[in-house]
Amino acid sequence: MPDPILDIRGLEKTYKGGVKALRGVDLAIKRGEIFALLGPNGAGKTTLIGAVCGMVRPTGGSIHAFGQDLAKYWKQVRRDIGLVPQELSFDMFDKVIRQVRYSRGMFGCPPDEARIEEVLRSLSLWDKRDAQIRALSGGMKRRVMIAKALAHDPQLLFLDEPTAGVDVELRRDMWRQIDALRERGTTIILTTHYIEEAEEMADRVGVINRGQILLVDEKDAIMAKLGRTEAHFTFDAPLAEVPASLSAYPVHLEQDGRLLVYRGGDGTGKGKREVAELAKLMTREGLAYTGLETCESTLEDIFVDLLKEPEVAA
Amino acid sequence: MIFNAAFNVRGAFAIFKNELMRMFRTIFGSILSPVITTSLYLVVFGAAIGSRMELPGGVDYGSFIVPGLLMLTLLSESTSNASFGIYMPKFTGAIYELLSAPVGVAETLIGFVGAAAVKSLILAAIIMGTAALIIDYQVVHPFLAFGYILLVAATFSLLGFIIGLWADGFEKLQIVPLLILMPLTFLGGTFYSIEMLPEPWRSVTLVNPVVYLVNGLRWTFLGQSDFPIWLSFGATLGFLLVCVAIIGWIFKTGWRLRE
Repeated sequence: MPDPILDIRGLEKTYKGGVKALRGVDLAIKRGEIFALLGPNGAGKTTLIGAVCGMVRPTGGSIHAFGQDLAKYWKQVRRDIGLVPQELSFDMFDKVIRQVRYSRGMFGCPPDEARIEEVLRSLSLWDKRDAQIRALSGGMKRRVMIAKALAHDPQLLFLDEPTAGVDVELRRDMWRQIDALRERGTTIILTTHYIEEAEEMADRVGVINRGQILLVDEKDAIMAKLGRTEAHFTFDAPLAEVPASLSAYPVHLEQDGRLLVYRGGDGTGKGKREVAELAKLMTREGLAYTGLETCESTLEDIFVDLLKEPEVAA
Repeated sequence: MIFNAAFNVRGAFAIFKNELMRMFRTIFGSILSPVITTSLYLVVFGAAIGSRMELPGGVDYGSFIVPGLLMLTLLSESTSNASFGIYMPKFTGAIYELLSAPVGVAETLIGFVGAAAVKSLILAAIIMGTAALIIDYQVVHPFLAFGYILLVAATFSLLGFIIGLWADGFEKLQIVPLLILMPLTFLGGTFYSIEMLPEPWRSVTLVNPVVYLVNGLRWTFLGQSDFPIWLSFGATLGFLLVCVAIIGWIFKTGWRLRE
């Protein structure tokens, strides 16, 4: 990849108790992209973010951000990195606007009230700017965390489970925020449990499990490679065998010939098209099916399959 | 983490300012209570009991205990403020921001320890003002007194910072100030001259470091004390350097800071 904004090579982390949280992670992030890191609990997502953001000391490998070695130039590099951690953690007794100013200052930026106002307004926090943080609702508190991370205008932003425990409306709102950041040219790496989120937002998706990256690709490519359409044609009168005219398609019979199952396609619409063709053919041949059901496998199915069979990815 | 030359001035100032503001948010607890405590000590020991005490060198007891009381407050407040200051973000998880920010050991120390030391200086001024209202006392070497107070405030704020990093619960946060500093201060000649102690207690007292602190400050106030000033000054400075070295090691290894 030419000029990646973040280049992680062979990153390892073994905790004191001997737990290997990261086993040689290689990952390169493109400038301006939204990258979703998917993985079950304990897969190493937060450790990976921690290694880049300074909470975790890697035991091996290297991290380069903006082309500079993080181990050497961490102070220069960190100015342009923002982090929204999973947990709500701040001085609960402080006022919203003061906490955001504090974050901006800590990252070495000169005071800029106009920018602070802009950030607070974009997160609908402006009206609450003088409220004590502890008095805010959970969703508002999470917005404060994001405002703090955006206060120093990072080029590279980490969102660790940004929408965990957030209601649907706020989640949609969050997605709009992320879109707005993309417009500004911010590179975003987010971890999530919600596959829907990755499907909706991400340009590329990486799957991590047991401290190893199993798969990294364009979201659309993953869908194309692993996406499937499944269609069930039900028959009242059982079929003896798959009609010859349909044998060109990936179909087979189930339930003693009462069910004709199609499984194929590639996530780009080919599956749906083939199902339509099948239906037309059957009508033409007088094969009267009495029921039709189709479903698309989502990123979630792909994800679950991937975790079940690590050899698929290897 | 390798030492990095790019000093983040704004970052250090932001932490410093935030810490001071946090302390002033609890202004009644943090400023009023030491003032009241000091006033009580002065009234009880200085005005009531003090008139019946006789000190070596014929020093007035009131002027004798002012530096002692000042030291008592300086030690406990510097330690507890600085330890609380760094322990709270650890407790709430807000330390993530400090770790992810471009701030190193120098910025963190200036921010946290600087703010705690400044607060101690403010307290010292208030206590000296309060004391002046209750009894007459003099400061023989005002500049040296200020310098010595500054040195002690900085040193024990550093100690507090270490305690705050070390503590993994509120109990541990209290142990050192309550179980070590407090007894050492009371036994360190706050209210009496160690000349007044019989042997062997007099010799035992000599291993108590607070004795040298109290006597150092007393020298700057009265122009005389149980020990030469260079000994007190040197011991305090030595302790400061030990604290700085420990904190440097903590940041280098990430002990209790980074996983």
